[in-house]
Amino acid sequence: MEWESPSVVLAARPWGSGDAVVSLLAQDQGLWRGLVKGGAGRAQASTWQPGNLVAARWTARLSDQLGNLGGELVHHAAAVVMDDPLAIDILASACALAETALVEREPEPELFAGLARLMVELPAGAPVLAGLVRFELALLSRLGFGLDLSACVLSGSNSGLAYVSPRTGRAVTAAAAGDWADRLLVLPRFVLDDGEGDPAGWRDGLRLSGHFLARDLFGQTNRGLPPARERLVRRVEAMLDHPT
Amino acid sequence: MRGPELDRLIGLLARLPGLGPRSARRVALKLLLDPSGRMLPLAAALSDAAHAVRACANCGNLDSTDPCAICADPDRDVGLVCVVEGVGDLWAIERAGAHRGQYHILGGTLSALAGTGPEDLTIAHLLERVATGAVREVILALGATVDGAATAHYLADRLDASGVAVTRVAQGVPMGGALEVLDDGTLTAALRARRPLPR
Repeated sequence: MEWESPSVVLAARPWGSGDAVVSLLAQDQGLWRGLVKGGAGRAQASTWQPGNLVAARWTARLSDQLGNLGGELVHHAAAVVMDDPLAIDILASACALAETALVEREPEPELFAGLARLMVELPAGAPVLAGLVRFELALLSRLGFGLDLSACVLSGSNSGLAYVSPRTGRAVTAAAAGDWADRLLVLPRFVLDDGEGDPAGWRDGLRLSGHFLARDLFGQTNRGLPPARERLVRRVEAMLDHPT
Repeated sequence: MRGPELDRLIGLLARLPGLGPRSARRVALKLLLDPSGRMLPLAAALSDAAHAVRACANCGNLDSTDPCAICADPDRDVGLVCVVEGVGDLWAIERAGAHRGQYHILGGTLSALAGTGPEDLTIAHLLERVATGAVREVILALGATVDGAATAHYLADRLDASGVAVTRVAQGVPMGGALEVLDDGTLTAALRARRPLPR
């Protein structure tokens, strides 16, 4: 058994002396784990940092074995953003979410494309947060918890959508929300128009996706959201409190 | 073929880093061939270390005294604290002899997958040390990994209010390293961390 595929490294756990068990999001294979001989050693450790794009190759005698992973570095996302605290938090949050939420060996080509694009765009700074929120909403959708943002659940209108019901995950217009607005989750504009957004929108977007990730994905198994994502939310809120 | 004592010895040796069952058998054989010269002194040294060595209450270093020899050294600069992940990193920096301040052993790095949060590290104790006012610079000497960088940024944020200078060790080309054999990530980090040559 073997495959070769572009992949994003999600995590690398040391194994024995110098080896590593690496988790990848492979384009055609989905979340996949394998043993990298020497993966935690001096020569290879930088290749298997979370966020890096690699041309991965997996081999095993039987399909249900852990198997051996190898690969060539294609894009070193981690090294590029080491000095950028926001980018590091976005990288760690996205990789931790994918690693902990996805089902193993289920092909997820769209999520791979979203995550790979996010990793390449990391140096662009804060606007990448809009991409992270879109990735999280896509993750929810792929796992069966997608939001319905096509029309207002109350009026049926598809213009002026401004909120999302935290219970049903369906959109609500500002006019229909009325006095209930403060009980609803804010739907940032960039989610609908694919724009860059602004700091308040990024915070609202993270709250929106975070609510459903916590309730529907992680809450199902009594797990909290990854700490990296909680650090990211605090950092974005601090950006709003202390704009530079 | 072997008695239970020998199996137990080989089993315990095989659990040590870098040793497997085959090398553990070789070590056990070497020890057994010279009990008085190798085995009993090793057993005594292991016992002495197990009873005497403890973690320094100030920095977390392992030593037979508390505070450890580094913290108790009056020639050390108490205003300069180097934060490292573990004792092995402290030993590496001490071998280099390039740091004449004190240390702080963090006990690891923040890790989403390993479930290591701030409360699992000695961050609170570091903040207490800084709050005494004796520290003027904290050097973050953490690994050049995503977890190491996330931890460094987290520490920098937490230390921001204290007013102490927060620096980190450089990342880039190692001494004696030829550029053509360096990995892409290290080269990228080196180029991003370039600085003017002194004139």
